[in-house]
Amino acid sequence: MSEEPKAVEKLQEKFPEAVKEVGEFRGQSWVVVPREDLLKVCEFLRDDPDLNFDFLSFVCGVDYFPREPRFEVVYQLYSTKTHSRFRLKTRVSSQDATVPSVTSIWPTADWHERETFDLMGINFQGHPDLRRILLPADWVGHPLRKDYPLRGPESIS
Amino acid sequence: MGVKGEGQGSVILTQLEWLVNWGRKSSMWPLGFGLACCALEMIATAGGSRFDIARFGMEVFRPSPRQADLMIVAGTVSKKMLPAVLRLYEQMADPKWVIAMGACASTGGVFDTYAVVQGIDRYLPVDVYIPGCPPRPEALLHGILRLHDMVQKGIARGASLRG
Repeated sequence: MSEEPKAVEKLQEKFPEAVKEVGEFRGQSWVVVPREDLLKVCEFLRDDPDLNFDFLSFVCGVDYFPREPRFEVVYQLYSTKTHSRFRLKTRVSSQDATVPSVTSIWPTADWHERETFDLMGINFQGHPDLRRILLPADWVGHPLRKDYPLRGPESIS
Repeated sequence: MGVKGEGQGSVILTQLEWLVNWGRKSSMWPLGFGLACCALEMIATAGGSRFDIARFGMEVFRPSPRQADLMIVAGTVSKKMLPAVLRLYEQMADPKWVIAMGACASTGGVFDTYAVVQGIDRYLPVDVYIPGCPPRPEALLHGILRLHDMVQKGIARGASLRG
């Protein structure tokens, strides 16, 4: 847990432009970066010898409808060396809900990004195989969006 | 049963029907598949000596739908699972019966959402509904015995024999 402030400081030092917002929740710090800087920030967090966030716990999407930018993509990181955690976020608007894929940095992101695409409708650019993972392949819409009707469009059943 | 003979009245016809129905209800083989938590109660009913479905000639849960007479829809049917359930039903030989076990199979239960079928009776002809979340094995046995009664009396005749 004590490692996290160091991660924030290091990020601010290395990418002063990219770190838009910093916060802390229950002893765990988080940082918001623009999607243009996402990949290089992720690479730094993984490769820096002090931080060493070599494990991506999960990727998920959050819908803040009707606020804009509407979507937030959250990356929860863990270091198996220092046993510390870190949370990275990026925000995208509903018009252009596209985020670069981090599968090239953490291969485990593959299915997490597919799930986020399936249920939240966020496109991950550069993902090797961005298909639906939970819903049937011919499903229309993305059910975890706040404006999706609970029983589905027009009550298909 | 369309058996007709010289000098034989309707009494024999009726009794042959009775005999056939007796055979159907006394060795009604369920299809061995489960969908959610209700399946565990079904397994307790089927596999455990405590409830012992073998008392009713039903201990042979068939792994193949070709050999099964009864489909116990035990659990939540998601829309993604529905095609598989329907295909299993279609593969069963006639006559065949369906029990909707539990709240989810009967009505969708608490899952009033985009992903869940709101009652399997929208797609399959259900003979017996068993309430509960999940129903206890006694309830499942009671439902099965009700179905046996209905088969014996010729009320539940299996989907293909309907209308």
